[in-house]
Amino acid sequence: MASILAVDDSASMRKMVTFTLKSAGYDVEEAVDGVDAFMKAQLRTFDCIVTDVNMPNKDGITLIRELRALPDYKYIPMLMLTTESGMEKKQEGKAAGATGWIVKPFDPDQLLKTLKKVLD
Amino acid sequence: MSIDMSQFHQVFFEECFEGLEAMESGLLDLNTGDIDAEVINTIFRGAHSIKGGSGTFGFNEVADFTHIMETLLDQMRDGRRPVTQPAVDVLLSSVDCLRAMLTAIQSDDKVDTATVVIYKTALEIELNGSAKQSIPLESAVEEDDIETSDNEAEATEQGWSIAFSPYLDLLKTGNDPVRLFRELADLGEYTVAVNTRDIPDFDDLDPEECNLSWTLTVLGESTLEDINEIFSWVEGDCELDIQALIKKEAKATPSVKKDKPESSIVPVIDSLESLPASLDVVQRPSNTIPSSNTDVAGEVLVERRSGVSSSIRVDTAKIDALINIVGEVVITQSMLGLVGENFSMDQLAQLKRGLAQLERHTRDMQQSVMNIRMLPINFVFSRFPRLVHDISAKLNKKIDLKLVGESTEVDKAVVELINDPLVHLIRNSLDHGIEMPADRIAAGKPEVGTIELKAYHRGGHIVIEIIDDGRGLDKNKLISKAIEKGLINENSILNDKQAFELIFMPGLSTAESVTDISGRGVGMDVVRKNIQALGGNIEILSELGKGTIISIHLPLTLAIIDGQSVAVGEETYIVPLVSIIESVNITEDIINKVAGKGETFKLRNQYIPIIRMHEIFNVQPKDKLRTNEGVIVVVERQGVLCGLFVDELLGPHQVVVKSLEANYRRIEGVSGATILGDGSVALILDVPGLVRLSSNRLSSTNPSL
Repeated sequence: MASILAVDDSASMRKMVTFTLKSAGYDVEEAVDGVDAFMKAQLRTFDCIVTDVNMPNKDGITLIRELRALPDYKYIPMLMLTTESGMEKKQEGKAAGATGWIVKPFDPDQLLKTLKKVLD
Repeated sequence: MSIDMSQFHQVFFEECFEGLEAMESGLLDLNTGDIDAEVINTIFRGAHSIKGGSGTFGFNEVADFTHIMETLLDQMRDGRRPVTQPAVDVLLSSVDCLRAMLTAIQSDDKVDTATVVIYKTALEIELNGSAKQSIPLESAVEEDDIETSDNEAEATEQGWSIAFSPYLDLLKTGNDPVRLFRELADLGEYTVAVNTRDIPDFDDLDPEECNLSWTLTVLGESTLEDINEIFSWVEGDCELDIQALIKKEAKATPSVKKDKPESSIVPVIDSLESLPASLDVVQRPSNTIPSSNTDVAGEVLVERRSGVSSSIRVDTAKIDALINIVGEVVITQSMLGLVGENFSMDQLAQLKRGLAQLERHTRDMQQSVMNIRMLPINFVFSRFPRLVHDISAKLNKKIDLKLVGESTEVDKAVVELINDPLVHLIRNSLDHGIEMPADRIAAGKPEVGTIELKAYHRGGHIVIEIIDDGRGLDKNKLISKAIEKGLINENSILNDKQAFELIFMPGLSTAESVTDISGRGVGMDVVRKNIQALGGNIEILSELGKGTIISIHLPLTLAIIDGQSVAVGEETYIVPLVSIIESVNITEDIINKVAGKGETFKLRNQYIPIIRMHEIFNVQPKDKLRTNEGVIVVVERQGVLCGLFVDELLGPHQVVVKSLEANYRRIEGVSGATILGDGSVALILDVPGLVRLSSNRLSSTNPSL
């Protein structure tokens, strides 16, 4: 099953995402912010990254930009979890190399449905 | 797939309350003059997380409310809105409102909608300059992704024709056309045709680029929004032309962009060989996507009716330490087991060593477990910057609050109980202690007053000090006030310490006018009572014109107390060491009987009432012939001395307090029980309760008085 790195500074969101993905059978690892995620992403190559945008230390967009620059992550789907509405944030994310986004609030079904879009 | 969201609620609430605290302290740090971007960002992030979480977990009213705060903060963060004091105040009160909402939701109470509306309106006025309908939270499908043209076509159309020509870089965003097509296939009957004309010569081919384009048709009742949603992630990375197909003519008029001649479109079957392997899978994938989008959170809200569990966050290092000790205990136990199996006297030394080890581990383990209950005093202190901010604004005083030793740890129970007394004391310092700015300048002090809140460990106690540089206590004023109120005798001569003690007498207030902050003279006595109930004490040091130091000593834990065991007949009782002043051997002749009022004895010019423990607990004295020989333990209860008559003193002990209520029921005069070394149970005396009990007995046995 596909491996996913779930990045969020909020423990409740992280737990919810992880629990949902694990229940669906995915192999999930958690990271608490961009710095943590960037380190973990280099230890093994995940099949997908799901990251919050607004985080301390390193935000989600920077994380995506840095990961996208790595050869291993050139084509890996990276999704942003975002409450930021306007196009601005999304464009910024896309410019950084994000595959797509999931708008908060979402329920577990929406999350799984969205992930199906990017995982074979 | 339905997931029980309530399992995340506890974490969510804890996180929210932490976020609120961070927001609050951030808002208080926000000087309206110079703006620290990082501070605003922290506040913003707090609101942002709460909004995200509450939306996800189905607390929509919280999400709505936070949304407005977030918008306001976002504008401040971007510099689009000045940070003004009114705005900060509105945000601060919104934090309170949010906290109340979350507390209500957490305990399954109804949210006070009326109050919420008030704060919400205040926020909206701040945001828009006028109140308006609350801004709805953006829905999961975002409006701005949807082209609103062609909307009239939706329901009546039978299908869509889509010309999709990705830019070369499409794959580099992690998007893959195959997945998009798979989603399209879920919408209805679908065909795809690939255009390979743009593929360069092999020498020029860059396999990382996308050189293909497609024309797709989807038949069925899908709407333009469905299609747009599928392509929303690649918007800007491709050229997309979506046309409605009219009934019957569907296949005949696939409209494509002008720059693509029709001749270049070949049916997918013909071009399969030329397709990259990854694009082979154009067939419809099985529809495994769950379709139930039921409001999971809504259901959960109803389900969750259980009480609020009280949880505690523990540093993992503490747990590791405990586990380590448990490991040691297990090793020692197995060693002792081995010794015990074939015990002979020559192994005595080994046995003793084992027992000594066991004792040490037990002590360590006790320490570690106690440690788990320890919380930094900051849990209490962190509320005070806000309190000081609000009250000093109300009083027009300028006050700087300094916190020292916030990480000093103390038992969770103490943390919970010390809050109210501290609030009272701080309010007093703010109101009575610190002078108005003008008075301070006149007195040659800096305009801004300072209150220092300090915590540190001393012995087995935590000491909390409240130090202000205000006007100090006026000894003479206190004394004259006390005389006026008839609390002390006119001719009393008091030293500083005794005079300051007067402040703890019920009914005494030196404030010239009663404000809503303090000054009603009920309070300090309650403060002292509460602190004594925790097994602590409070002292005041003050110098007129210079300031006041109030220091509170509290035991680090309520679970273990230092006690003095005393024998009463065959029974053993524990008297908490903190309340014992001294113990005196007595004989018959120093006891005075006062008719109808029990007995007293004279100790250094003071008559002290005697409580006979034998009578209170109905225990036979050891030696019935000499009922008046024994020991009087002099205890203090709120400044009043009282003598407990017991048979003898046994010795000091550290005792673990076991609750009587939990195991039996509440007993007047007894605060708990403990188990002694020999396995017997000893009751721990509750001194104030005992005094009450004894005076009740006296009045009931003497109804005529």
